[in-house]
Amino acid sequence: MGKPTDQELDVSVAGMLRFGVTLSALVVLAGGLLFLRHPWSAIPDYSHFRAGDSSLRTLSGIVRGAVRLSPQSIIQLGLILLIATPVARIAFCVVGFARQRSRLYVLISLTVLIILLFSLVNSIL
Amino acid sequence: MTVIAFTSQIFLLSILAGMLGALTGLGGGVIIPVLTLLFGVDIRYAMGASLVSVIATSSGAAVAYVREGLSNIRIGMFLEIATTLGAILGAFLTARVSTHGIAIVFGVVLLYSAITSFARKHDPVPGAAPDRLASKLELAGTYPGPNGLTPYCAERVPLGFGVMFGAGTLSGLLGIGSGAVKVLAMDQAMRLPFKVSTTTSNFMIGVTAAASAGIYLEHGYIDPGIAMPVMLGVLAGSLTGTHFLVKARVATLKAIFAVVIALLGMEMIYNGITGRI
Repeated sequence: MGKPTDQELDVSVAGMLRFGVTLSALVVLAGGLLFLRHPWSAIPDYSHFRAGDSSLRTLSGIVRGAVRLSPQSIIQLGLILLIATPVARIAFCVVGFARQRSRLYVLISLTVLIILLFSLVNSIL
Repeated sequence: MTVIAFTSQIFLLSILAGMLGALTGLGGGVIIPVLTLLFGVDIRYAMGASLVSVIATSSGAAVAYVREGLSNIRIGMFLEIATTLGAILGAFLTARVSTHGIAIVFGVVLLYSAITSFARKHDPVPGAAPDRLASKLELAGTYPGPNGLTPYCAERVPLGFGVMFGAGTLSGLLGIGSGAVKVLAMDQAMRLPFKVSTTTSNFMIGVTAAASAGIYLEHGYIDPGIAMPVMLGVLAGSLTGTHFLVKARVATLKAIFAVVIALLGMEMIYNGITGRI
């Protein structure tokens, strides 16, 4: 394969994005349907903020909950997949720019990737 | 309210928000006033759901834009250094700064961008002297204009980069895509064609939001019961909204864009002053 053009890189990245968004939407939808199995129960009080259960706020807690098929955890897992999608897109771009031999843009996209990973590792891991 | 009533109402309103977001390059941020004013949801839950919907809008709409060859992957990537750093700063500040003041400042920024979007009616004339820094950073391209493929090159790169850092900070601070400020940075500061600015902004919104989403999740701003209908609704809306953008004329787009951000700006200022946000 030759060097991909920016347009070809765009298209392959867009395909990856569609996959990530579709996957996360399906997981969120599955969690949502489970969440609605008691449709007539009252919603919690959302007018005052509480940080909530820590198991819904870290990656390990969410994965443990999803394995137990907790609806809220499955929704959160889908949302983490959604958050991971733009990160994967940047990683994809790093590879694409490397195949273009565009050293400047490998450096620029790597910088963005490191910033994103730094933020995620410091929060939910 | 019952779970089913709450979920279905928010889902339907999120579809509208998603269409508007994709149509204007604003992202799903309009859902924040809807959730806080109509449903009395705490602003922090609204910000969390909005931030998630912003990622869905941006990523869901990218496929359509990319096919049309409108967004510029290099300009977007370069400016994402500024927006992601800004977003981390914003998410760090959001738990520490009064949201009243921030809402007012944000409203002023929106009103300002609505007014200035009427000031320049036409895309820049191609063939102007190329900017040296922009050439070095390869911040140029072509887009399908009314008279075939039209070349363009970014100008005033440091100004655009600075405005983008501000856009990222607002995104992290308020849980919005801050597409209005991103478009401002490219359209007004870097003098890029309007359609290139809106679609590249859309391309950048998801990456910017991802930089603060982990911090929002850790803080508990992303509640599954609210985020689920918002994310699914906004995604459905954004996928239908993008069909309009490719066909619509620039003048029509700018008018819609200006009216939406002006209304949002006034709403933000009002709520900031009355202490509701």
